[in-house]
Amino acid sequence: MLKLENITKSFEGTTILNNLNLEVKDNAILSVVGPSGAGKTTLLRCIAGLEKADSGKFILNGEPLDPADESAKERIVGVVFQDFNLFPHLTVLQNVSLAPEMVLKQDKKTSEAAAKDLLAQLELSSQANQYPFELSGGQKQRVAIARALAMQPKILCYDEPTSALDPSLRDAVADLILDLKKTGITQIVVTHDPEFAKKIADQLLEVKPINK
Amino acid sequence: MHYILEILPSLLSGTVMTLKVFFWTLVCSLPLGVLVSLGRSSRFKPLSWLVSFYIWVMRGTPLLLQLIFVFYGLPNMPFFHIVFERYDAALFAFILNYTAYFAEIFRGGFGAISKGQFEGAKVLGLNYWQTIRKIVVPQVLKIVLPSIGNEVINLVKDSSLVYVIGLGDLLRAGNIASSRDVTLVPLLLVGVIYLLLTLVCTWVLRILEKHFSYYR
Repeated sequence: MLKLENITKSFEGTTILNNLNLEVKDNAILSVVGPSGAGKTTLLRCIAGLEKADSGKFILNGEPLDPADESAKERIVGVVFQDFNLFPHLTVLQNVSLAPEMVLKQDKKTSEAAAKDLLAQLELSSQANQYPFELSGGQKQRVAIARALAMQPKILCYDEPTSALDPSLRDAVADLILDLKKTGITQIVVTHDPEFAKKIADQLLEVKPINK
Repeated sequence: MHYILEILPSLLSGTVMTLKVFFWTLVCSLPLGVLVSLGRSSRFKPLSWLVSFYIWVMRGTPLLLQLIFVFYGLPNMPFFHIVFERYDAALFAFILNYTAYFAEIFRGGFGAISKGQFEGAKVLGLNYWQTIRKIVVPQVLKIVLPSIGNEVINLVKDSSLVYVIGLGDLLRAGNIASSRDVTLVPLLLVGVIYLLLTLVCTWVLRILEKHFSYYR
């Protein structure tokens, strides 16, 4: 279980998150909804360690967790970015296998075999040797998911997973996220689309802009 | 034709010197340029200021003056004397100068890499140097290649400045032959050799650009 206690974050005097408390059960899908500027993405960035919370605690299964700790041996939190942030100069396969090689020190054979498995799961096998610019939006997103999963995170965060896709792909993403639940991973999905949120969510968190 | 064959050996030995200065300057200045540009954008302010000052001096004064200063000036400094051989002095000045230019080019290249690339690497657990080496530099190279190419071609011709400290490069060899035999033929030949050298550079750069066009 992931627990957030009294998380506060402000930028230049504007408080975005104010004493936020939250519990996400293992293997659950949490949808975070709310209007623009309410702090959905800030919350996600704090959980991912891209921003440091001003105060408050993260607790994972009873152990304190510092998402911003770069020296941590394992990656607890994976992220699928809104515009994916794939590495354009690497093939799909290299995008997925790079971090296990560099960070987990796996040898090339192991990391590539694992990456190929992941790509097969996500129906990307025939794209393995293509470059990101050759892919469709949906394919890019699945590569981003595969890349995050390759580090075997316990929690996977999505920032607006439907915003860069055709409306017709919305249901496909929802199915994919629901499907990943079977692997035992905890997922946190930030979205401004309440319908999408309800479709996938076990838990729903609504954030509202803080009025000064 | 006979005359050309007669002076060609001396011109070619001058060309060897030109190529040596060219080659070592490139080999040292390119990686140094990457490091210096990282220092320039360092969050540690004194380092960033120091690097900015260095770049300002190197780009703000003529390379010719820098050459003279390194060879004639450094040995006569009041407290410490640094004496260089002619060739070493030339390389030292060229590397210092070109590193500054390359650093500014790389700075532009680094600036063109989106924040998302750094964040993508960070959440995967890559550390700073892994990110620079595996994610940033390969992309920066593609971006800066045309500007680097410009400097590379400039360097071919700038190398002729070493004549000022008495180094026997291509231009000097042509000059000597020209004034000795009272004819412009050697200088024309020198021009042709420079053209050939830059032609080869242009060709290599084009191949490199093609190599980097595998992604967008």
